[in-house]
Amino acid sequence: MSLSAKDKNAIKGFWDKIAPEAENIGADALARMLVVYPQTKTYFSHWQDLSPGSAPVRKHGKTVMSGVAEAVSKIDDLTNGLLTLSELHAFQLRVDPANFKILSHNLLVVLAIQFPSDFTPEVHVAMDKFLSAVALALSEKYR
Amino acid sequence: VDRFRTRYHPGHLLQDGLRIRWTQCSGKVRWGKCSYTNICTSVYIIHKYLLFIYIYILLFRCLVVYPWTQRYFGNFGNLYNAAAIIGNPKVAAHGAVVLHGLDKAVKNMDNIKETYAELSVLHSEKLHVDPDNFRLLADCLTIVVASRLGTGFTADVQAAFQKFLAVVGAALRKQYH
Repeated sequence: MSLSAKDKNAIKGFWDKIAPEAENIGADALARMLVVYPQTKTYFSHWQDLSPGSAPVRKHGKTVMSGVAEAVSKIDDLTNGLLTLSELHAFQLRVDPANFKILSHNLLVVLAIQFPSDFTPEVHVAMDKFLSAVALALSEKYR
Repeated sequence: VDRFRTRYHPGHLLQDGLRIRWTQCSGKVRWGKCSYTNICTSVYIIHKYLLFIYIYILLFRCLVVYPWTQRYFGNFGNLYNAAAIIGNPKVAAHGAVVLHGLDKAVKNMDNIKETYAELSVLHSEKLHVDPDNFRLLADCLTIVVASRLGTGFTADVQAAFQKFLAVVGAALRKQYH
């Protein structure tokens, strides 16, 4: 399921609209993930406060979204472009790759909430494909 | 819409003397930390929006975003692109069928597994639907409801709603073998 030219245009166009709100989107998606899928909290046992809107959640949402921004800029070659991030997730963070799908779903939910008219079915399918491709690129170095 | 509001308002249920245990289901499913209010809210949401979304949105979005699901709708005619899908009256009619099925689960929330026994056999023996599609449809419905409700669809409501849809999916999967 590789990204067609049409998908890439849709993603870049949509990203331009949502980029100013990236921090809020990231924080909201992460907060939702921690509430809706409590098993993901196991990766954040070192945080004092895991509630929505807390400082560590906001900060980490920003980090995650800057990674997504990097992926958008390297959309033509995600596997090579995200090698460093893949190494980070594989060797240091050791996040089970199944969780990438969970976070992707929550990102889509937040995008649907904050940009209801822009998040058309065409944009939805393009973003879903993009986030799956990013997840695949992040899984590259695992084994 | 008002009819649904009074039916599912938590206070109203208590007044009727109905003791619906929102923290425990008759099967092995527990609603756990999902609070009473949140489940009532998500139930109200499902009913409120049954009236408005079933005609167009859910199935359309699924057929566009996950095109392989079209394999189950060979006799629906033209599904070649998003415009064709959105204009297809059979898709709209089938969206209504799916959502009325969900309505049954909402009305029998303590007993979803048994309520869905026949539907599960139908999906497995007659329709031959890959059960992974139940998860795809649930994810799609969550996103559609989120876009309609906006910030009212809080993390807690989302958790209750997704848990409900997971129970529905498990019930539909039960009779597969």
